[in-house]
Amino acid sequence: MLHLAMAAADAAAESANGSESSGGLPQMDFSTYPSQIFWLAVTFGALYWVMSSAILPRLGGAIEDRRDRIADDLDQAAEFRREAEEAEKAYEAALADARAKAQSIAAETRAEVEAEVDAMQAEADERAAADVAAAEVRISEMKSKAMENVREAAADVAREIVGTLIDERPTDEAVASAVGRAIQ
Amino acid sequence: MTTALNILSSTMGGLLERLLRHQLAGPMEQFEIHRYVPLSLGAIDVSFTNSSLWMVVATGLAALFFFSATRSRALIPGRLQSVAELTYDFVADMVRGAIGQEGMKFFPFVFTLFIYILLANLLGLTPSIPGLTHTFTTTSHIAVTFGLAMLSISIVIVYGFYKNGLGFLKLFVPSGVPPWLLPLIVLIEFVSFLSRPLSLAIRLFANMLAGHIILKVFAGFIISLLGAGGVVGAIAIFPFLGTVAITMLELLVAFLQAYVFAILTCIYLNDAVNVGHH
Repeated sequence: MLHLAMAAADAAAESANGSESSGGLPQMDFSTYPSQIFWLAVTFGALYWVMSSAILPRLGGAIEDRRDRIADDLDQAAEFRREAEEAEKAYEAALADARAKAQSIAAETRAEVEAEVDAMQAEADERAAADVAAAEVRISEMKSKAMENVREAAADVAREIVGTLIDERPTDEAVASAVGRAIQ
Repeated sequence: MTTALNILSSTMGGLLERLLRHQLAGPMEQFEIHRYVPLSLGAIDVSFTNSSLWMVVATGLAALFFFSATRSRALIPGRLQSVAELTYDFVADMVRGAIGQEGMKFFPFVFTLFIYILLANLLGLTPSIPGLTHTFTTTSHIAVTFGLAMLSISIVIVYGFYKNGLGFLKLFVPSGVPPWLLPLIVLIEFVSFLSRPLSLAIRLFANMLAGHIILKVFAGFIISLLGAGGVVGAIAIFPFLGTVAITMLELLVAFLQAYVFAILTCIYLNDAVNVGHH
């Protein structure tokens, strides 16, 4: 193996010496320099021209377009967000408004109902009072009539008793005054 | 030497022998430049070589990839466009981070530089198809890497003087240095500035060169061991695994060296854009 490797190295040295160059590195063969530099200039120049005139503007343009588009989209999103926030504010204001209105309506209704209830109560009280008064009048009438009846009955009884006892008919006035005195 | 080869040829099958002979061409053979179409510009030889071919392939592939990736220009990118945009952002962040927003005027240059070197490095790692293609790493030649480095440094110097006038020379005079130390510091700064293109060029070139030599040597061990046959041939699994591991390492190096070249170019450009801010 070592033998083979050495053989290879020997052959390498031999072939290098035998080649068209003056030996050593092909890189040191100055006769090839003009051609290399010339073709370097041609190819590099061509690539530079293609890159700077066509490819890089297109690539940069595409990247720029995308950046603009993204920025636009972000702006638009911010705009939408602002609009949404405004809408939310408006909604909340409307909600508060409605709530206030509802409360005022409720209060009004309550007041109305209370007034109605009060009126009805008053009316009912009045009617009840009138009924009570009428009943009282009737009661006192009945009472006085009953009293009268009692007085008459007492007078009749007294007259009968007197008539039976002394066989004398007392006058109505005397009986009435006597009964009146007794009842007093 | 000859006896060794004779023993080999007498004990080996045809294919393995051919492979071995091919391998025996040596680890440096992959760096040789061959003329395909002889061309000249006046007295200068600008022949179309295998190096030129792979430069054209790298450029063509890069253009093709980015063209197809950006064809639809979709708002929601597909896979290709995502990769292209990631690369764009990667390099753009690199330039912005090193130079600032003003540096974006150099963005196309740095982007091209990064892609060019990355593709050249990666293409160099693609395996050759025997009898059809023969992979060549254009960035494994100092002429190419030095050319790229000189391009970067030239832009730094030209733009530095264009923007700052002679004020660009303040680059060599750091602030807050005691006056008696100044001559020495200026000398050091000047030398370090001069060494920039050299370090740029040699770093990339040496990384590519070393990586490909190691790959070739390890791959050569596989053939040699298989050629020995039997129990020794079974040992070939180790250099094989080594080759796989080194290939993965080289993929990382290919990206890393393209990145390093680009970021260093950015840092040097920063000196030209913002003199006296370092």
